[in-house]
Amino acid sequence: MKASTFKYLHAQSKDEAYAAFAEYGDEAVILAGGQSLMPMLNMRLAQPAVLVDINPISELSGIVLLNQQLHIGATTRHVDVANADLIAAELPLIGCAIKQVAHRGIRNRGTFGGSLAHADPAAEMPACAVALDATFVLQSRAEERRVKAVDFFLGVMTTDRRPDEILTTIELPAQTSNDAWAFHELSRRHGDFALVGVAATARRRSEGLEELRLVVFGCEERPRISKIAASTSLSQKDALELATAVAEDLDPMSDLEGDAKTKRIQARTLIQRALDDLFVEGANG
Amino acid sequence: MSDSEQTIGASLPRRDALRLAVGRGTFTDDIVLPRMLHMALVRSPYAHALIKSIDITDAKNSDGVVRVLTGADLEDVCSPFIASIEFLPNMISPPQYALALEEVAWQGEGVCAVLAESRALAEDAAELVKVEWEELPAVVDPLTALLAGTPTVHRKLETNIAMIMPIEKGDTKLAFANADVVVEHSFEFGRQAGVALETRSVVADFEPAGRQLTVYQSHQTPYQMQDVYARHLGLAEHQVRVIAKDVGGAFGLKLHAYPDEMAAVAASVLLGRPVKYIVDRQESFTSDIHSREMTATGRLAVSGQGVILGVEVDILSAIGAYSIYPRTSVGDGVQAVQFTGAPYRLPTFKGRVRIVYQNKTPCGAYRAVGQPIGCSIIEQLLDLAAAKLNLDPSEIRRRNHLRSVDMPFKAAGGLEFSNVSLDECLTALLAKMNYDSLRNDQKKAQKRGVYRGIGLATFVEQTAVGAGLYGPAGVRVSAQEGCSLRLNPSGLVNCSTSVTDQGQGTLTGLQQVIAETLGIGFDDVTVEAGDGGATPYGGGSWASRGLAIGGEAARLAAIDLRNKILTVAAAITQELPENLTLVNSNIFDGSKCLMDLSELSEIVHFRQNTLPPGVDFEMNVTRHFVPRDFPYFIANGIQASYLEVDVGTGAIKLLEHWVAEDCGKIVNPLLVDEQLRGGIVQGLGAALYEHCLYDDAGQLLTASLADYAVPLASEMPDIHIVHVETPVSGTGLGAKGAGEAGTLGAPAAVWCAVNDAIRPLGAQVWKQPFTMAHVLQALNSKGSLL
Repeated sequence: MKASTFKYLHAQSKDEAYAAFAEYGDEAVILAGGQSLMPMLNMRLAQPAVLVDINPISELSGIVLLNQQLHIGATTRHVDVANADLIAAELPLIGCAIKQVAHRGIRNRGTFGGSLAHADPAAEMPACAVALDATFVLQSRAEERRVKAVDFFLGVMTTDRRPDEILTTIELPAQTSNDAWAFHELSRRHGDFALVGVAATARRRSEGLEELRLVVFGCEERPRISKIAASTSLSQKDALELATAVAEDLDPMSDLEGDAKTKRIQARTLIQRALDDLFVEGANG
Repeated sequence: MSDSEQTIGASLPRRDALRLAVGRGTFTDDIVLPRMLHMALVRSPYAHALIKSIDITDAKNSDGVVRVLTGADLEDVCSPFIASIEFLPNMISPPQYALALEEVAWQGEGVCAVLAESRALAEDAAELVKVEWEELPAVVDPLTALLAGTPTVHRKLETNIAMIMPIEKGDTKLAFANADVVVEHSFEFGRQAGVALETRSVVADFEPAGRQLTVYQSHQTPYQMQDVYARHLGLAEHQVRVIAKDVGGAFGLKLHAYPDEMAAVAASVLLGRPVKYIVDRQESFTSDIHSREMTATGRLAVSGQGVILGVEVDILSAIGAYSIYPRTSVGDGVQAVQFTGAPYRLPTFKGRVRIVYQNKTPCGAYRAVGQPIGCSIIEQLLDLAAAKLNLDPSEIRRRNHLRSVDMPFKAAGGLEFSNVSLDECLTALLAKMNYDSLRNDQKKAQKRGVYRGIGLATFVEQTAVGAGLYGPAGVRVSAQEGCSLRLNPSGLVNCSTSVTDQGQGTLTGLQQVIAETLGIGFDDVTVEAGDGGATPYGGGSWASRGLAIGGEAARLAAIDLRNKILTVAAAITQELPENLTLVNSNIFDGSKCLMDLSELSEIVHFRQNTLPPGVDFEMNVTRHFVPRDFPYFIANGIQASYLEVDVGTGAIKLLEHWVAEDCGKIVNPLLVDEQLRGGIVQGLGAALYEHCLYDDAGQLLTASLADYAVPLASEMPDIHIVHVETPVSGTGLGAKGAGEAGTLGAPAAVWCAVNDAIRPLGAQVWKQPFTMAHVLQALNSKGSLL
C-alpha cells in the first residue's frame, strides 16, 4: 500500500493550477483535503501523473454571508464548517449533517468542496447541497460557470466538473424561520458512509408542507430530489403513504450491507422519520 | 508503590503504558538495520489457479530491485511445512511452501517476492511481474466442499474433508423421545479476521559467516518460531534467535508460522542481508488467519421442569486452503463441538464436527478458539426452551449449570472441571444488572413500540493449557513458562520471563507477583520478555496462560531468591534463616529490622570475601512451571446484554453489557477488567459487524477497514464487571486465565438479546453477524414490510 510515483505541485494560485491542467490534462488530479484521494493513491486505485495541491490558494477557503446566500469556499475544512456560527444560524441542515461526516480526524483535514467534487453517493454533503438547492461555482482559465447541485452530480464519483476546472465556491441560500429541514442517516457505525440517508427541506405552512425537497442518498448512484415528494402539498396524515411511495420509486444499488429490498425498507423508515421532523417545529432541536 | 505487602490484588496501571503512549515503543517496523532490504509480494489474484509461467524480467530491472524470488528459488532454502497432530492420524493436511510452486489455493497466496531498497520500489517492481495463470474451479461454499464430485481445493487432495470428529455420551435418541420439550435451531457464524493494530511483520537478519539468524518478529511465541526456523531453514536451534519486542495486539493471529514470513526469513538466509517485511493492511486481510466460519444445527431436549435431558449438535467448520502451521486449524471446529453445553449437566450428548478445506484464506487460532460457537449454540437453545416452558431465561440456566457439588466433573465434550462458581456468578450478575427492573423496563418499552431484549450467556473458558495437550499431539510447542530473577547490587531485581505481552499487561502482573512474593517494592523490579535467545525457554502467550502459568513460575523464582537472600542474611547477622523475613526491602527478625536489602546486595556482589566460607552468594535463580497434574484451568462466568432493535431499519443499539467472571485469584483487577472489556468489545464486533465476505469465485470483498467493520468506541455500551474469586488449588498463586472470557460470551449474549427483543414479533435471527439486512430478513420472513 504505497502510492506509485507522482509529481506534486504545491499550487500558489489558480493560474498555477490551470497551467498544470493545460500540461497534464486528465493526468492531473486536484488534491484538497486528501481524505479520499490519498487512500486511493496508496491502494494504487488512482495513479495520476501529477497532484495539484490547491490548499495554498487562500481565496478558496472561508465562509461569508452575502445577500442571504452563504458562500463556502471549496477548501474550507469540514471542521470549520461544523464550528462556524454562521452555519449553525443560517444552514442548520448542514450544521447537523456535517457531524455525520466521518470522524474528527477526517473532518479536521477533509474539505467541503473536496467532498462535493469527489461525489461519493454515500456522502452527506452532496445530498445536503441538493436539498438546499446549492449553486456550484466552477472556474477554468477561460470561464466561470455556475451549476445547480441537481445538475452537478452525474453518477458514482462522476460530476459535471471538467478536468480543467476548479470548484471554487458553493453558494447556498440561507434558511429562514419558515424553512423546515430534516436529516436522517443509517450507517453501520457513527461516521461510516451512509447505507441510506435522507436530507430534506420544506416550507412549513399551517395546512402542511410545501416545496418539499426530499433527497434520498447513499443507496442510489447520486443524490436526487424525489419527484413524487416534490409534486405534493403534504399533510401529516399522508406521510406514511408518501414515504412508501418514495421508497418504492427508488432504484437502490445492492451492496455488502443489503439488497435493494433492504434499502427500500430502510429508506421508507428514514423518510417517514424525516417527514415527522419536518412537520414538528423544533424537532431537530 | 512501596508497600510490597499489597502488590498482588492492586489495580496498578501497565508498567509500559507511558512509554508506549509517548511513542517510545519498538515495534518491528521501528527496527532498521544496515543494508536492510524491503520485501513486497506478488499474491495470487485467483482463489484457485495453476501457475503456468512467471516472467520476472521487467521486475528485476526495475529501480532499486536487488532480487526477485519465486517458489522454486526458495524451495531449496526452506522445506515445506505440514501441520498435523499425532493423535489425529486421519487428518488430511496439504504441505505449504514459503512461496507457491505450481498451484495457488487462495486469493492472496504468495507467488513471488521482490526485494528492493524500499517497500515502495518493491511494490513498483511487483506490479511488473508477469504471471501466466490457468484458473481452476474454486471451492468456496463449505457444504459444496463436502459433496462428492466437487473439485478439490488442491489438485493433489482426494477430498476436501480435513477430518470428522464425532462425540457421543449416552443415548440422545431416548432422551429426545422422553422429553417434554424439544427445540431446534440452525446457526451460521461469519468468518472473522483478527485485526491486530500492528500488522504481522518480520525483520530477518542472517549473518552467513557464523550462520546466525536473528529474527525480529511481531509474534506471540518466539520459542516456537526458533524451532520452526531452525528445522525448516536447516539451522541449529541455538543459531536462531527470535525477538518479539513491542507487539501491537495479536489475538491468536500471531501464533502461527505464515508462508510470507517464512519467505522473508528464507530470503535473508539466501541473500545474507537483513530483510524487512511488513504485512500491509490489505495483505493482512487476505493473509492473516481467519476463523469461526461455521454452520451448525443444534437440538435440545428438556423436561417439563426445564432440566436438560440431551443435546445434539452438528457443526460444519470451513478452514480455508491449508491447516495452519504448526498448530493446525482444526481447533476451532473441535472446540466448538466440545464447548456446546459445556457449562451444563448434559445427561446425553451427541456431537459431530466436520472440517473442510475451501479456497479461502487459511484459518487458525483466534481469541477463544471455537468456544464462542459452542456457547452461542447452547445459550440460544436454552432461550428457545425457556420460552416454550414460559420459564425465565435466568431460571433455566440456574436449573442446569454445573455446581460445586458436581465437582470434579468431566463434561460430555471431554472438558475436565475441578471447580466451578457458575451459581455464584449468576446471582452476582442478576444483582448487578437489576435484572427484575430491567425486565420491567423492557415491557414498558414494548408498549411504546420499542423492542428491547435481554440476553444471558453462561460460559466456561479453557485457560492455561498444559503439556497434556501439546505433548501427545506431537506439536513442538512448550507449555512451560520460565522466570529468571537477578538481584542487583542496589537490591533491585531484574526479571527475565518467557511470558510475552502483546498489550494485555501480563508483564505488569508478573512484576506484582515478584515484588510481593519477594518482599520488595513494585518499582524495584523490571521485567524483560520477548527475546527467545536470552530469556528462559517457554511458551509465550496464548490461551490465557500468562499469569496462571508464567505467574506461578515467577512466584516460584521469587520464593527461591527470597530464600537465598534470607540464607545470606542469616549468615551475616548470625540468626537462623527460618526466623527472618524480607519485608519492604528490609530483613526482619520478628519486628526487629536487621539490615536492608541494598546492604546485603552490596555484600554479595562486591564484598563476597566477608562472607563465611560456603555461604552461597549467587543471587540468580531460574524456575519453570508447567501444569502436569491438571490439563488446564476452567474459568467461568456469565454475561448479559441489553439492547434495542430498530425494527424499521434493522439497526441494533447496544444499551448495556454486564459480566460476572471468576478467573481465580486476581493479581491486578484493573488489567483483568480491561481484558474482559476488550474481549467483550471484540465479541460484540463479531456479533454486529465483523465478516470476511467472499464472492462465488473466492474473491475477498472485505479487504479494508472500510469494508471490514470493527467495533468503535462510539457504538460500545458501558460494560459493568463483577468478580467472583475462587483461587485454583493447582498453583500457589491460584490464578486462572482471563484473556478470552469476554470474546467467548459476548456474541451469545447479543444473540439471545436480539432474539429476546424480536420474539414478540415471531422473528429470530440465525446468522452472525446480525447485520441490519439480516435483522430485516428475519423480521420480514414473517410477512412483507414493504
